[in-house]
Amino acid sequence: MTIVAGCDVGSLTSKAVIFQNNRIIGSSIIKSKPRPGDSAEAAFAEALAAAGVAAEQVEYCIGTGYGREKIAFVNEVVSEITCHGKGARWMLPTAETVIDIGGQDCKTMKIDKNGNVGKFAANDKCASGTGRFLEVMAKVLNIGIHELGGLSQKARNPVTLASTCTVWAQADIIKFINSGVPLEDIGAGINAAMAARVAILVNAVKPEGDIFMTGGVAKNIGVVELWKNSSANASSGPGKPIPKSPGRWGPR
Amino acid sequence: MIVAGCDIGSLTAKAVIMENGEMLSHAVIRAKTRPAESAALVMQMALEKAGFAQKDIGYVVGTGYGREQIPFVNQVESEISCHAKAAKQLMPSVRMVIDIGGQDAKATRMDDQGNVARYIYNDKCASGTGRFLEVMAEALEVRLEDLGTLAAKSTEKLSISNQCVIFAETEVVSLVNEGKEIPDILNALHHSLAKRVASLARSIEVSEDVVMTGGVAKNTGVFQALSEALNVPLKALNGVDPQIMGALGAALYAMEKSNGKK
Repeated sequence: MTIVAGCDVGSLTSKAVIFQNNRIIGSSIIKSKPRPGDSAEAAFAEALAAAGVAAEQVEYCIGTGYGREKIAFVNEVVSEITCHGKGARWMLPTAETVIDIGGQDCKTMKIDKNGNVGKFAANDKCASGTGRFLEVMAKVLNIGIHELGGLSQKARNPVTLASTCTVWAQADIIKFINSGVPLEDIGAGINAAMAARVAILVNAVKPEGDIFMTGGVAKNIGVVELWKNSSANASSGPGKPIPKSPGRWGPR
Repeated sequence: MIVAGCDIGSLTAKAVIMENGEMLSHAVIRAKTRPAESAALVMQMALEKAGFAQKDIGYVVGTGYGREQIPFVNQVESEISCHAKAAKQLMPSVRMVIDIGGQDAKATRMDDQGNVARYIYNDKCASGTGRFLEVMAEALEVRLEDLGTLAAKSTEKLSISNQCVIFAETEVVSLVNEGKEIPDILNALHHSLAKRVASLARSIEVSEDVVMTGGVAKNTGVFQALSEALNVPLKALNGVDPQIMGALGAALYAMEKSNGKK
C-alpha cells in the first residue's frame, strides 16, 4: 500500500507523520531549528525511523506550517488551516469546529464533513491567546510549560488577570507571586485568561457541532477543561477519542 | 502663593513648584512601589530645589495614574487635562498633544480655543507605549536614555514587522543574530512605535500644531520618527522637559485655584 507523509514546520516545533492504509505508522515532534529546512529533515528522518520505512518508499509528501516553503522534499504545500481541518475531521468524524493554538498564533475554523474549511479566524498579531502567552507565564512562574495544566487543576481561588496583553499580564503575575498568592491559583488564572482570549476567535466563526482542539496547547489540560466547562460539546486533542498520537493529527 | 503639581505615573513621579506663574523648580524620580511614597519623595525634592518646605505650599493638584493615592493634594485632575493645560500655556497655537508614558499612550485634540475636544488612549496593549522601548533596550542591553543618540547613527534601513512587544522582541533577537547593527535596529523600533502611536492620533484626526509630551518625547529618535509617521513636523517644547508636562499642568490648575481664592 502507498506510503505518504505530512511534514509541519512550525515556529517552535516541527512535526512529521508517516501514513499507510489510513493509519499513522510513524510520527515525530522535534523542537524547531533555526533553519526550517533543517527542522523538516530532522522531523522527517525521525518519523521514518519510527515507522521503519525509508524516504524512498514515501510516494507523496505534503508540507505545511509556517516554514512550509523551505522544505526541500515535499511534493506539495498546503496551509496549516486546511491541514488542521482535514486532520481534525479524520481524528473525530463529528468535529465541525477546530481550534488550533500554536506556539505563535491561534486559529479557529469551521469544517464540513470532508474536513474542508469554511469560515475561519486567526490571530498572529498579538501574543496573547497563543502558546507564547503560556510560555512567557510559565517562565515567570519558573515552571515548565507542560506543568501549567496539572497545576491549574489544583487551584482553589483562581486569580483574575486584569490585562489581556502578555506584557501587562506578566507584570500582574509578578505582583501575585510577590503578594504570596498560591501558584495553583495563578496558574488557573493564566489558563482562564488564555481560554477567554481564544473564545473571542472561536465565537467569530460561530461554533457548531463538536469542537476539536489541535496544536501544542491542546496538551494543556487546564485550558481544555476550561473550554469543556464553557462549551458542552467541546472535544479536545488529548480527550476521549484522541490517542496520544502526535503529528498533524491531534496534539503535536 | 506657592503652588505645586504632582504627577504620579506608572514608572516615574514628577513634581513642579510654581510661584506667581513662574516655575521655581521641578523633580523627576523613578516611582516607588507605593504612589504615596513616590509623591512625598518627589515633592520633597522639588521643594528643596526651590528652597521651600511642604508647609509653604498653598495648593497642590495631583494627576497621573496614582493621583488618588496622594495624601496631600487639594484636588486631582486627569492627565489628559494637565498635559493639554501645560501645552496650551507653553504654546498657544497647540491643537494636539501626544503623550507617550511608561505604560500608555494618549492623543488629545484641542478646539480653536485650545481646550480639550477629543482624546483617545491605549493602555491595553504594551505596544506603542514606553514599555515597548524598555523591553527592547533591555534585550539589546543598552540604556533607555541612550536610545535616541544610538539610533541617530543608523546607516541601514531595517523594518520590524511585528507590533506585539513579545513578537517584536523575538524579531529583534533574530536581527542581532543576523549581525545587524544596534543603531539600525533601534531606528526600526522607533519607526515601529511611531507608526503605532500615529494611527492612534489619526483616529481622532490630527490637528496642528502638534507637541509630544511624556518621557518618551525625550527620545529624539521617536520624536523624529513620529513627525515622519504623522507627516506633520512636531513642535519642540522650548526647553521645557516633556516629562514634567503633566506636573506642570497640575501646577497651573493649582495656580488658577489660588488666584480664584484671593
